Amino acid sequence: MTDIFGLLKGKPEDSDYEKKGVIVQGITGAYGSLHAKQMMAYGTNVVAGVTPGKGGQKFEDKVPIYNTMQEAVDATNAKISIVFVPAKFFLGAAKDALEAGIKLLVAIPEHVPVRDTMEALDLAKQKGAVIIGPNTPGIMIPELIKIGIMPPMPFKAGKIAVLSKSGTLLYEISDALTNAGFGQSITIGIGGDPVNGTRLIDAFDMVKDLPDLEGMVVVGEIGGDSEEMLAQRIIDSGFNKPTVAYIAGRAAPKEKRMGHAGAIVMGTYGSAESKVSMFNKANIPVAKRPAEVPVLLAGKMEKSD
Amino acid sequence: MQLLEFQAKELFREYGINLLDSISSTNIEDGRKHAKELGYPFVIKIQVPVGGRGKAGGIQKCQNDDEFEIKYPQVMDLTIKGEKARAILLEKMADIKKELYLSIFLNRSKRCYTIIASAEGGVEIESVKNQIIKEIGLGEVSDEIAQEVAKEMGLEGKHAEGVVDTLKKLSKLTIEKEAELVEINPLAIMQDDTIMALDGKFVTDDNSNFRHPELEKYQEKSAIEEQAEKSGFSLVELDGDIAVVGNGAGLVMSTLDMLSDNGGKPACFLDVGGGATTESVYEALTLISKLDRVKGILVNLYGGIVKTTVVAEAFLKAYEDNVIDLPVFSRLKGTESERATEMLQGSRTKIFGTVEEAINAAVMGVKN
Repeated sequence: MTDIFGLLKGKPEDSDYEKKGVIVQGITGAYGSLHAKQMMAYGTNVVAGVTPGKGGQKFEDKVPIYNTMQEAVDATNAKISIVFVPAKFFLGAAKDALEAGIKLLVAIPEHVPVRDTMEALDLAKQKGAVIIGPNTPGIMIPELIKIGIMPPMPFKAGKIAVLSKSGTLLYEISDALTNAGFGQSITIGIGGDPVNGTRLIDAFDMVKDLPDLEGMVVVGEIGGDSEEMLAQRIIDSGFNKPTVAYIAGRAAPKEKRMGHAGAIVMGTYGSAESKVSMFNKANIPVAKRPAEVPVLLAGKMEKSD
Repeated sequence: MQLLEFQAKELFREYGINLLDSISSTNIEDGRKHAKELGYPFVIKIQVPVGGRGKAGGIQKCQNDDEFEIKYPQVMDLTIKGEKARAILLEKMADIKKELYLSIFLNRSKRCYTIIASAEGGVEIESVKNQIIKEIGLGEVSDEIAQEVAKEMGLEGKHAEGVVDTLKKLSKLTIEKEAELVEINPLAIMQDDTIMALDGKFVTDDNSNFRHPELEKYQEKSAIEEQAEKSGFSLVELDGDIAVVGNGAGLVMSTLDMLSDNGGKPACFLDVGGGATTESVYEALTLISKLDRVKGILVNLYGGIVKTTVVAEAFLKAYEDNVIDLPVFSRLKGTESERATEMLQGSRTKIFGTVEEAINAAVMGVKN
């Protein structure tokens, strides 16, 4: 099982405790540089960037840029990378990172061919590494480390884990949670693609045993059976922390792709009804609106007191 | 994208999968010519990128010229699940012994290709009984697996050979074209014991289009969809009267749900992508102005980093340039929202503090 907090935070005896190094792949592109700066402003320890052909330069006068991931990893010993390259170059960038020893790869690009994702995942499995995404806003421990593109305002440190397929809904719902006094211990963007490096069940396994976890929020959407699998896993594991879900796409027509490559209902496969009924079976209330999430969570907490 | 049956069959033919004779047309004049070439009896099949055609009357047997003249236009005029006929396929009548089911799909949770087969095909997948499910990794189906599938379907001799052959060709097609789903339902055992694909479904992974220029000819996009794609937006046209715009697919879906819960009818789903700029919002309004039936626009933007004043500028510019003349009901989360509200004073755009308020106003607004 992936010790996600070990990767993101480390142990108090580590010399880089709470400042784990992150390498940004595609740091000189418009998108990569914007978010590299934002991550640095948030406090993330960006130790290197990689852009082939730009090795030897410095980003923002301080972060060294390398031509390859191998060079960047050799120089920094970082175990985390975030990828901003265009979708068609994702597989190459991911291989480069995994071969160099990266253990946590956050894949931001949208429109990565599914086959490329599956190949990257195959390699990650062999190397004992984790991929978050593609098509994810990223992963963060609020007020400590942000590896992604999320704006900082909605998030606050706390004890609720938020797992989400959608980016903007993650912001929206975290914002509502924060306003209601529920800070977040970790937020994980699963991504909106059909195949996810870290599925909802994998993300659940990463967070379920957190000692001070007080609750969990799952933000799902139509398409696939990730939510159903998660509900089953929650039932099987006897997980009893207050949990609330939200599912987007109830009103979406069938057989139409709703923006995300993965958001499509085929027959009954991937339908909102199927997901809601599985969550109900797991005794997890499903909010009708994002704003209802903190209300339901508070209700659940009261009952469990 | 889901291909039409005749397009899927073109690919099947290319990969050597057995098919009945068939010809597609888009008007009755061509249809008449094809009817002569093909000879009666045949089946008239509507070509739409959705399932459930038979139930909706989109598949009709045709015995002679008189029937043809009645049924061809009938089928051509059908709308199935909101989809109008893109073409009509005339296909020779089949003399069937048994209907099977066969598909290969991208298994999202197992992250590999997976075969589903059954000796009881011809009905929708949900109702297919005794499904044989086999995960096959990322490569083509091996002889062993293909033979195993045929055996578990209870087939022997020529029937088993035919299914093994079809399955291997289907898997080659799936892998080489990077399909998300390829389905033959029914796959028929004919009276002469050959195996034939009577229907064909093919769903592409659009994200791999850049590697498949050969599939480009199947891309059927309306002018407005093409423009949306060029701007990096996702657009799904719907049949209501309130256009729904937002940033991020999840947020727009969520807005659609809430609008429907409150009795509103969405005219479209328009996701302008993660960020929102004056240009992208202006472009979105331009697109919506080209949709018929729209009486109002519901905008839900979670800005985060975005200044709402930037979005307000887009609305003002769109009115000034006469791009739109519609009321806009907007919820803008972001910075400087007070100034944005001031900027829009006197315009047809109203800003609301919550999405619920914006939705209620939109539903009421289009009634008048």
